[in-house]
Amino acid sequence: MTARSLNSTALKQQERMEQWTLLGLAIPAIFVILLVVIIPVGWLFYLSFIGDNGQFTLEHYQKMVEYKSYYRVFLNTFKVSILTTLICIVIGYPMAYFLAQLPARWAGFFMLAVLLPFWTSLLVRTYAWLVLLQRKGILNEFAMDIGLWEKPVKLVHNLTGTLIGMAHIMLPFLVLPLYNAMKKIDRDLMQASANLGASPAKSFWQIYFPLSLPGMVAGSLIVFVLCLGFYVTPAVLGGGRVVMVATQITSILENQFNWGAASSLGVVLLIATVLVLIIAGRVFKLDTALFGKG
Amino acid sequence: MRLVLVASVLAIASGAASAEPITVVSWGGSYGAAQDAALFNDASKNSGIEIIRESGASMSKTCLQVQSGSVTWDLVVTGSGGSAAAAADGCLEKIDYSVVDVSDFYPNTYTDYCVGSDVFATVMAWNTEKFGEPGSDGAPQSWADFWDVEKFPGTRAYRANNVDGALEPALMADGVPAEEVYEVLSTREGMERAINKIRELKPHIAVFWDSGAMQAQLMKDNEVDMTTGWNGRFDNAKKDGATVGYSFDQALLDYDCFAMPKGAPNKDVAMKFLAEVSKAEYQANLPFHITYGPTNKKAYEVTTAPKELIEALPSHPNNVPMMLPVSLDWYAANRKEALELYMEMLSE
Repeated sequence: MTARSLNSTALKQQERMEQWTLLGLAIPAIFVILLVVIIPVGWLFYLSFIGDNGQFTLEHYQKMVEYKSYYRVFLNTFKVSILTTLICIVIGYPMAYFLAQLPARWAGFFMLAVLLPFWTSLLVRTYAWLVLLQRKGILNEFAMDIGLWEKPVKLVHNLTGTLIGMAHIMLPFLVLPLYNAMKKIDRDLMQASANLGASPAKSFWQIYFPLSLPGMVAGSLIVFVLCLGFYVTPAVLGGGRVVMVATQITSILENQFNWGAASSLGVVLLIATVLVLIIAGRVFKLDTALFGKG
Repeated sequence: MRLVLVASVLAIASGAASAEPITVVSWGGSYGAAQDAALFNDASKNSGIEIIRESGASMSKTCLQVQSGSVTWDLVVTGSGGSAAAAADGCLEKIDYSVVDVSDFYPNTYTDYCVGSDVFATVMAWNTEKFGEPGSDGAPQSWADFWDVEKFPGTRAYRANNVDGALEPALMADGVPAEEVYEVLSTREGMERAINKIRELKPHIAVFWDSGAMQAQLMKDNEVDMTTGWNGRFDNAKKDGATVGYSFDQALLDYDCFAMPKGAPNKDVAMKFLAEVSKAEYQANLPFHITYGPTNKKAYEVTTAPKELIEALPSHPNNVPMMLPVSLDWYAANRKEALELYMEMLSE
C-alpha cells in the first residue's frame, strides 16, 4: 500500500520533471516563433487600425464594407483556392493511389516525378506555363497544327491559366501526405474484405477510402491554406484579371503607399484562414489528420 | 556590383580617403540597361563616384525605408506622379539646385524633390502586321480607334493596378478634346465617365500589364494586338524583332526623374552624382539606347544621334504639339479617388 503510493508519487514527480525539461528544450523554438510570427502579426494588427494621420481609426475596415471590390477579391480568393484544391484532389488521389500500390523501387522512381518539379523554382515553373499556354504558345500552336482547334484558345491571363499553374505547383503538397497515409493502410484489410465477399469497388469505398481520408484532408487543407495567400502564380498567369488578396495587398502597397489598408486586408485574410482551420478541425478531427494521434 | 563592394571595402580597410559608393536604383528591362549605358557608367567614371546599381525602384519601397529609418538607397528613379505623391508623404529629400544645374532644362521637367531624367510618352501601340505601319492608310490614329473593336478587331492590353495615364485615353476616346481632359476629369462624374468607357472595352482587354517590361513582352509574344504603354519600350521591342508600331497622336507626355530618399546615407555625394548625370552630354546618349527624350535642352545640341532618331523622341518639338502633357496638379488632387474607382472597376 505505502510502497505503491510512494512509487506513484515518485512517478508523478518524475513526470513533472520531464515536462519542465521538455518545456526548457522548446524555449528556443518558442522564442523564434515569438520573434518572427507573434510580434510581426501583432504589428500588422496595430497598423491596420492606424490612419494617414497616425491616429486610431476604423476607416480601413469600413472601406472593406463600403467598396465592393474588397468583397469581390475575397470571394475570388476563396473561389480560386477551392477550385485549385478540388483539381489537386481529382489528379492527386489516383496518383497517390498508384504510387502506394507500386513496389518500393518503382514508387521511388515515380515519386521523383512528383518531387522534381517541387524542387524547381516556383517562378521558373510559372513562367514556363506562360510560355506553354499563351496565344502563340507551344500548346496553342501544336493544337492548331494538328487541327484540334482553329483559332488560338485563351488558356492564360485568365482563371484557366491561373488554375493550371496553381494546381501544378500545389500537387505535391497533396500527394505527399496522402501517399504517406495510404502506405500505412494494412493491405490485409483489403484481402479480408475480399475474402468476406465484397467487390473490389465496395472494398475500396468502405475500407480503403475512409482510411486514406485523414491524409487527404490534411493534404487538401495544406493546399487550400497555401492557395489563400498565393501571390506569384495568380500575378503572372492571371494577367491582371484574377485578383486575389495577396495581389491586391501588393497593389495597395505599390500604388497607394497605404500600409493601414494593406494590413487590414492581411488581418482579415488571417482571420478567415484561422476560421477555416477551426471549422475543418471540428468537422474532420484535424488532430488525427495532421498529427496522426488517436 | 560585388566588385564595387569589395573594392570599397578594401579602400576603407586600407584607410584610403575614398568616399563610399552610392546606391542608384532604377527599373528592370531595357530602361535600366539604357540608363547604365548612357548615363550611369560614364557619369561614374568621369566623376570618380562609385555606384552600386540596383533594380526594382519604387516610391513605396522608398517610403518604407524612410519610415522604418533604414535608408539604403541614395538615388531612385520614379515617374513624375510617383515622386509628387512620395514628396507629399515626406519621403523625399529636397534637391539642392545650387549643386544640380537645371538652367538648361525644359520647364516642368523638375520639381523641388525630383530632377527629370527623360521625357517619355504613354502611347497606343499595335501589331503592325495586323493593323499596318504607323501613318499608313488604315492604321489606328486616335484613342477612338483603340476603342473601336469593329474597325480594329483583336485583343487589347491596358494598365493594371495603377491609374496613372489610364483615364485620359478613355475620355479622348469618348470624344473629349485633349485640352479639356483634365477639366472633365476634375469632377466625380468625369472620372466615372472615363471608368465607364474602360468598362465598355474591358471584355476585349485580354491582359492588364503592370510593368514596361511586360508591355514589350506582350507585343513580342503577339499575346495582344494593341496595348497602351511607354514609347521607348516598343522601339526596343521592335529592335528585338517584334512587329510593333505606335503613334504620338493623342499620346500623354510625361517624364521620369531622379529622387533622393529622405535621410539618404550618402546625400552629398549622391547630389554631386545627380548633378553629373543631369548634364547634357550624358542625356545626349540616351536616344541610342531607348527612345526617350532629354530633359536638358542642350542635349539636342550636343547629341551625335542621327536626325531620324532625334525626330522620333517624345520631347522633339515636332511631336510635342500632338500630345497631352500630363497634369501633376490633377494627380496631386485626384489620384487617390481615381485609383479607388479604377481598382473597383478592375475587380469586377
